[in-house]
Amino acid sequence: MTDFPSSAAGTELETARSGELRRVAIDPLSRVEGHGKVTLLLDDEGRVQQARLHIVEFRGFEKFIQGRPYWEVPVMVQRLCGICPVSHHLAAAKACDMIVGATTLTPAAEKLRRLMHYGQILQSHALHFFHLSSPDLLFGFDSDAGRRNIVGLAAAHPELARRGVLLRKVGQEVIRMTSGKRVHGTGAIPGGVNRNLSAVERQELRGMLPDAIRWSREAVQLVRELFEQNLPLYREFATFEANTLSLVRADGAMDLYHGDLRARDATGGMLLDGADYAEYWEHILEEVKPWSYMKFPFLRRIGPEHGWYRVGPLSRVTSCDFIPTPLAEFERRAFVEFDDGCAAHATLGFHWARMIEMLHAAEVIAELVEDDDVSGTELVVRGTRAQRGVGVIEAPRGTLIHHYRVDENDMVVRANLIVSTTHNNQSMNIAIREVARRYLDGRTLTEGLLNHIEVAVRAFDPCLSCATHALGQMPLAIELLAADGSLVDRLLRH
Amino acid sequence: MSQSFLLDGVAVPFLPGQSVLQATLAAGRYIPHLCYHPEFRPHGSCKLCTATVQGRLVASCTTPASAELVVRSDSEELLEIRRTLVQMLFAEGNHFCPCCEKSGNCQLQALGSDLGVTTAGFRHYFPDRPVDASHPGAWIDFNRCVLCELCVRASAEVDGKSVFAIAGRGLSKRLIVNAPSGRLGDTDFAVTDKAMSVCPVGAILPKRVGFAVPIGSRRYDVRPVSAQALDDAPRLPRASDV
Repeated sequence: MTDFPSSAAGTELETARSGELRRVAIDPLSRVEGHGKVTLLLDDEGRVQQARLHIVEFRGFEKFIQGRPYWEVPVMVQRLCGICPVSHHLAAAKACDMIVGATTLTPAAEKLRRLMHYGQILQSHALHFFHLSSPDLLFGFDSDAGRRNIVGLAAAHPELARRGVLLRKVGQEVIRMTSGKRVHGTGAIPGGVNRNLSAVERQELRGMLPDAIRWSREAVQLVRELFEQNLPLYREFATFEANTLSLVRADGAMDLYHGDLRARDATGGMLLDGADYAEYWEHILEEVKPWSYMKFPFLRRIGPEHGWYRVGPLSRVTSCDFIPTPLAEFERRAFVEFDDGCAAHATLGFHWARMIEMLHAAEVIAELVEDDDVSGTELVVRGTRAQRGVGVIEAPRGTLIHHYRVDENDMVVRANLIVSTTHNNQSMNIAIREVARRYLDGRTLTEGLLNHIEVAVRAFDPCLSCATHALGQMPLAIELLAADGSLVDRLLRH
Repeated sequence: MSQSFLLDGVAVPFLPGQSVLQATLAAGRYIPHLCYHPEFRPHGSCKLCTATVQGRLVASCTTPASAELVVRSDSEELLEIRRTLVQMLFAEGNHFCPCCEKSGNCQLQALGSDLGVTTAGFRHYFPDRPVDASHPGAWIDFNRCVLCELCVRASAEVDGKSVFAIAGRGLSKRLIVNAPSGRLGDTDFAVTDKAMSVCPVGAILPKRVGFAVPIGSRRYDVRPVSAQALDDAPRLPRASDV
């Protein structure tokens, strides 16, 4: 058995007789930190027969870290992303822990890394909800596009916008104190960390956290109220049944830094539990499709057709047995019980779950700041050198896998990264199809349609940079082509 | 110690045998430099210490100090020349500061920052230079070598080993390792050698150290390159010592 997963030949998302269908392309939708596109195939009656989210960018990190020393990797690979670099930094550092034989970190190192990670969760979730998604939810998917952005939010709901900025600042300050910089720091090193927190830094954080916790609780309530006010829409929009995957702690608790793999089916039945992520390839394979640079992971025991799954806040909140902080656990219970559990399966439930996680992150940070271990001085351990390292973490967007093999001279010879957005590839494709089927208005293309598709994609908070992490609108172009390829209609938005 | 020359209008005392750069640093004044190291004979290869002496552009590290000299270092023209030289060094190699473990401790990076180099200035050459990780305790990233020859000088003059040399000319000029295989692991190089610690950039590095020094505590986080250079320079002896 190889320790690198193979790609399985698979079937297409849907089959379509393209000669009899019209093709609609949304290009660019923006992609992972760049560009992507959506294509729809419509029959003569305007019904969607096929929907695909294409990630057409090639990043290449797995290739160009080959030949580099393993201790360089945690700093290098975080450049994959400007939004959640900490997640890549820590996943790579965890993999390097295995390589240097650091089976157990010192309490200081473990807690400082957790602090950094939960700071990342806090800032990323705040950014996504307040800056990027709340304009859709507060103003309506079809509202004036000129208002549907953070500037419009600041004008209509200035206090909410202010809280979004300040919540993100708390997370960024945690990251700065633990890694040296707000973006792309160096805190985690193989076997531990390179810095601790001073008493002054802890005091500074201590002063920020009461507001962060209060505002996070109120953000949870805001999403709940949105659900209550628009229940049919929130229950049904882009909703579909899916398997879930996440890390959980050995006792079933939510743990975003470390744990074992757990997968459930759409009914909550256990597909996988307590699985050691160090051998993730025993449970997860990736399928390659010719129309996307993004692979399609699936659960090995089920196969590519039905083994796909959803990761991220919605999966984590519904898959764990409990959240080990009181306020977030209270909200988790309310979430899973709401509307007979419907919110827990709704794509827009991502937002609710994300805010619960943001609250959890604020609570964890508050606990860690009071823990004297974060000022400890035993920061690094080493053990028996290994040739292989796997690091898995729950990034803001979902399960993140880093896997490296190094040679006897300490150079990386092979790497495999399965990022959160990749896990959600099939789920996002299905969400787009559901939205297109429900809202596409035949041959008449509207801006509202475009935004409905974007709203569905945004719920996953994928790393489609412009799609979800740009201020204002992303550039979009939709072309409606006749079956013979001639242009029927075209809509551009800059 | 009665002799002096004029640097930007200020008298700089010097001892017989000192270069303009040595005397300047010893007097607590700064001229940017890269290949010069106070423990080694001046080399004059990087040209960053270029100054105007008697109206001519010269390398101040190899120009002997003398009483009649009028030296100009602080001028916009010289600043632009030094910026261009640093840009050329960045363009000629593969310097990826964001993920280089020498970042914050790198003299080239610090000079770029100190001189206000904000753009590449030239199209990058992107040479194909493999890493030599064959030694158990050290590795060489040839992508970052600026051909200052400090390792060559240290290995020959201090370590007595001559592990390193410069081969080729022009664009083919490169650092080589003195072994039939060309690999560091096949030499008697040791991590305790002077050549291990003298590299001003991230070309010769100890293994498994990486980013152990946190941001904020690195050499040039603490003090700028100009202040560090003065800290490192031998100061003028007191009158009672002469």
